[in-house]
Amino acid sequence: MRYLPLTQSDRQAMLGVIGAKSIDDLFVDVPAEARLDGPIQGLPNHASEMAVERHFSDLARKNMAASHHPFFLGCGAYKHHVPASVDHLIQRGEFLTAYTPYQPEIAQGTLQMLFEFQTQVARLLGCDVANASMYDGSTACWEAISMAGRITKRKKAVLSSGLHPHYVSVCETMAKFTGDTLDTVQPELSANTDRTRLLAAIDDETSCVVVQYPDILGRIEDLTAIAAKAHEHGALLVAVVTEPVALGAIKAPGEMGADIVVGEGQSIGVGLQFGGPYVGLFACKEKFVRQMPGRLCGETVDAEGKRGFVLTLSTREQHIRREKATSNICTNSGLCALAFSIHMTLLGEKGLRDLAVLNHGLAVQAAERLAQIPGVELVNDSFFNEFTLKLPKEARPVVRALADRKVLGGVSLGRLYPGVSALENGLVVAVTEVVTAEDVETLATALEETLSEGVGA
Amino acid sequence: MTRYYTEDHEWIEVDGNIATVGITDYAQGQLGDIVFAEVPAVGSTLKKGGDAAVVESVKAASDVYAPVSGVVTEGNDALGDDPALVNSDPEGEGWFFKLTLSEASELDSLMDEAAYKAFVDGL
Amino acid sequence: MSTINQSGWKPEMGDVTDTKPATFTGNRALMLEEALIFEIGTAGTTGVDLAEPPKVASRLGGLERNRAIGLPGLSEPETVRHYTRLSRQNYAIDLGFFPLGSCTMKHNPRLNEKVARMAGFADVHPLQPVETVQGALAAINQLAVWLIELTGMYGVAMTPKAGAHGELCGILCIKAALAARGDPRGFILVPESAHGTNPATAAFAGFSVENIPATPEGRVDLAALKARLGPDVAGVMITNPNTCGLFEKDMKAISDAVHAAGGYVYCDGANFNAIVGRVRPGDLGIDAMHINLHKTFSTPHGGGGPGSGPVVLSEALAPFGPLPFTERHADGRYTLVEEETVGERHPHSFGRMTAFQGQMGMFTRALSYIMSHGADGLRQVAEDAVLNANYILRSLEDVLDAPFAHSGPCMHEALFSDDGMAEGFSTLDIAKGLIDEGYHPMTVYFPLVVHGAMLVEPTETESKAALDQFIGALRSVAERAKAGDPSLKSAPHHAPRRRLDETLAARKPRLVWTEPEQAEAAE
Repeated sequence: MRYLPLTQSDRQAMLGVIGAKSIDDLFVDVPAEARLDGPIQGLPNHASEMAVERHFSDLARKNMAASHHPFFLGCGAYKHHVPASVDHLIQRGEFLTAYTPYQPEIAQGTLQMLFEFQTQVARLLGCDVANASMYDGSTACWEAISMAGRITKRKKAVLSSGLHPHYVSVCETMAKFTGDTLDTVQPELSANTDRTRLLAAIDDETSCVVVQYPDILGRIEDLTAIAAKAHEHGALLVAVVTEPVALGAIKAPGEMGADIVVGEGQSIGVGLQFGGPYVGLFACKEKFVRQMPGRLCGETVDAEGKRGFVLTLSTREQHIRREKATSNICTNSGLCALAFSIHMTLLGEKGLRDLAVLNHGLAVQAAERLAQIPGVELVNDSFFNEFTLKLPKEARPVVRALADRKVLGGVSLGRLYPGVSALENGLVVAVTEVVTAEDVETLATALEETLSEGVGA
Repeated sequence: MTRYYTEDHEWIEVDGNIATVGITDYAQGQLGDIVFAEVPAVGSTLKKGGDAAVVESVKAASDVYAPVSGVVTEGNDALGDDPALVNSDPEGEGWFFKLTLSEASELDSLMDEAAYKAFVDGL
Repeated sequence: MSTINQSGWKPEMGDVTDTKPATFTGNRALMLEEALIFEIGTAGTTGVDLAEPPKVASRLGGLERNRAIGLPGLSEPETVRHYTRLSRQNYAIDLGFFPLGSCTMKHNPRLNEKVARMAGFADVHPLQPVETVQGALAAINQLAVWLIELTGMYGVAMTPKAGAHGELCGILCIKAALAARGDPRGFILVPESAHGTNPATAAFAGFSVENIPATPEGRVDLAALKARLGPDVAGVMITNPNTCGLFEKDMKAISDAVHAAGGYVYCDGANFNAIVGRVRPGDLGIDAMHINLHKTFSTPHGGGGPGSGPVVLSEALAPFGPLPFTERHADGRYTLVEEETVGERHPHSFGRMTAFQGQMGMFTRALSYIMSHGADGLRQVAEDAVLNANYILRSLEDVLDAPFAHSGPCMHEALFSDDGMAEGFSTLDIAKGLIDEGYHPMTVYFPLVVHGAMLVEPTETESKAALDQFIGALRSVAERAKAGDPSLKSAPHHAPRRRLDETLAARKPRLVWTEPEQAEAAE
């Protein structure tokens, strides 16, 4: 039992101090019928470090890792190169094994980092303020709708068809229980978004309009007119960013009038990790700060007048406001926020812009190459590092066939919108800086072969 | 002008049909440093005993209840910039809102200054 | 004559009271001040080298970002130094004893970090075809099966992202189950001693919340609870062991009463670490319980997350659990049940709570921890955690008021109050005094049912020597508070910062950095 320091003689001595005969005396309050006599059945006994490591190595080998193969998946999680120093720094015990900074005098490291993170996020998203993170982009998206409801005292949100379908699902789950109305439709396999529908749907009952930017098919659109129409009706514009690297190249949602901007921060500093943990970004205009969910770090001074940082505006939160809190969130995603912040510091403005230009350039080249395959069309007019192809047949079996050829070729819309025949030929392809020219050629060749073989016909 | 008090530590001063409401010196002392106060919007209708305003210290948030029913005619905007007024002058500059009384008889159930002092001494 | 100083340099003591002469830098030897990245970095500096971008015609839809963003960069050496310096201003379980009650700060094995970083888990995309992620699905499934075994429950929802998200999952299951039987109920009952997340969660899901009182011995008042039950009560949220560190002896009776009244029992599993391997919540009639993997199964707290909050469910609630989840087939293959197959496989699911499969990186760590301990080791974990807490309770009850010490043994944490301190001295002063002694303070002012609460949770990963040293330190600080030692009022004296002005922070919130000239213009 390598993690347990007490010896048998320690235990005896301590029982003596307590005045108990045996350890069972300390569990007397557990009703006899609920006490277990011995170790739980169904679990093996303890294992050595080597045995555990071997077990995990065996399991890990059964997965196709992104870095081992040509890799083109996106749709809310992106493969970017994370500098080695990011993972080194987040593994420092003082960050890794600290708690939420409740005692600020001995948590300035985490607090200063959060203050820097909040500033980076606010600037990246084009907002006045940001919080210290949420669980992920999808939960942040619902929190934004919920917050817009508190501000406008209305219960109808209009969702763009370009919003990630899993985000829509998360919001539908919550709306079902809170009684909010969500106006939502599925996207069309087209270069055009449903902006016309959105503009028409906004009325005096609308709490917010939710638009993903770039959207699930990779399309980019100006949000200015949507913001203006929303504001005309006393509604808010919520923008959702699932690929924050894009904001090194395109305008921030806040610049175009978004009132709340949420996002998935995984792209920067955080690995794919099969879906989590990730880091939700949450930013808004300053006037709404008291309606924000989650932790906030603020600047202050100590008794000697030195600058320091504390968690602040806590009266919004569950541990004080209880059932009147802005959210039930307690833990956020502190260590992932740290990874985001370190990576962003390494990049800096120049690095982020260069990274974005590189992503976009590679994606444009890849899109042009893939669109040359007979029967394959590029759906998008505009995109950043992710675009949608329309294949001549159902995309989902094609993706599986590509995996058989050791190419992770993208996300089929059939996976995201099962049973929707109008979308089933769609393949969303993401191209980041980790993709080489050879990878694109490998995908193009494999795709062309797969399409000519009649898979999924 | 007459001043009344509630068991929830609000004071209300009545001048004709208009009353001014705030929290007592005892209440601000219990809350500690006030960092935020939210006053009701002009024109909102308050019901006796219902939520009217919010007052927050660093680690606590409290609702301020309407001592009587009425319609809000003015909120103390100065509290937005300087919530510390509630600490420094709770029963003067640190007032929360004014309202027109809709049911003057509701005042009868409130305490006068002496009764409130006895009430606080008993806490 | 013995020579301690063999280097030949003779130390001069000087005035020992003057231990902190000002320095030019503001640094104090190893205690290093660190500026913000916005003060030391520039927009033109970068710590990464990138390939030249290909020359292409832009397809950004005319939305190029033209204005400066305001993101400073640092070179790699400067970055490493910045964050290393910041890290040294943090207390952490790696540095010392961290008795934060209810938060369970136990040793985080590095093996868990190693396995979580294997490419087959860390570098896998959530939307890869399931054929390419069989090992990852197997790991999730194995953890799910073991959580069910350890709790004696029927099913488990793996996707919740943290404890509070797990609470939401359980409460949504209750709401869905009631809706399914056409019996909407509006109220959730919560004890006064509950974590704030309990009432917040119930309200977030659209319930009204009512408090249940506690008995003088610190447990749920069963009679009062029974009196309140009725056709409008959807369920109760009970923390067991509770936040006073006591086992709810009447848990089975509570469950039976709630079930008889048509409600469901949610158990806040934050303190499962006290009973893991010795008690199965399923034997106590519980319908749903979240497990904070970072508490019971030692995934690192990371300065405030990420957490992970799987929820074990009874047979009555399991059909309503969220999407997606893993399914093992007879041939050994794993699949994910998502929207596509939900109608056929899991028709009553309340839906999706998060975009993907949950906190994979936390699952691998927790699974590694459970495997390392095994069934025998986990039982020992609970026993040592409870033994350590009782040792602290009995070693300090002569100097600190322990309001529930008469209620019998505590579980994994010992609760004290600030009764008996000198006039003007309170729990906060004791906490800050402990900082100077090199400890992270215990949880303070929680639970709310005890005046000036101090909740001490040692966990099982502390040695007797570490406990004895802490007991000595807390005894010393408590005695100073009883004697009214004024130096305690201004503690901490030796931390990177003195007491911080939280009032200023809240009155004039500065939540992001602004360039000095802008800040001046704004004032």
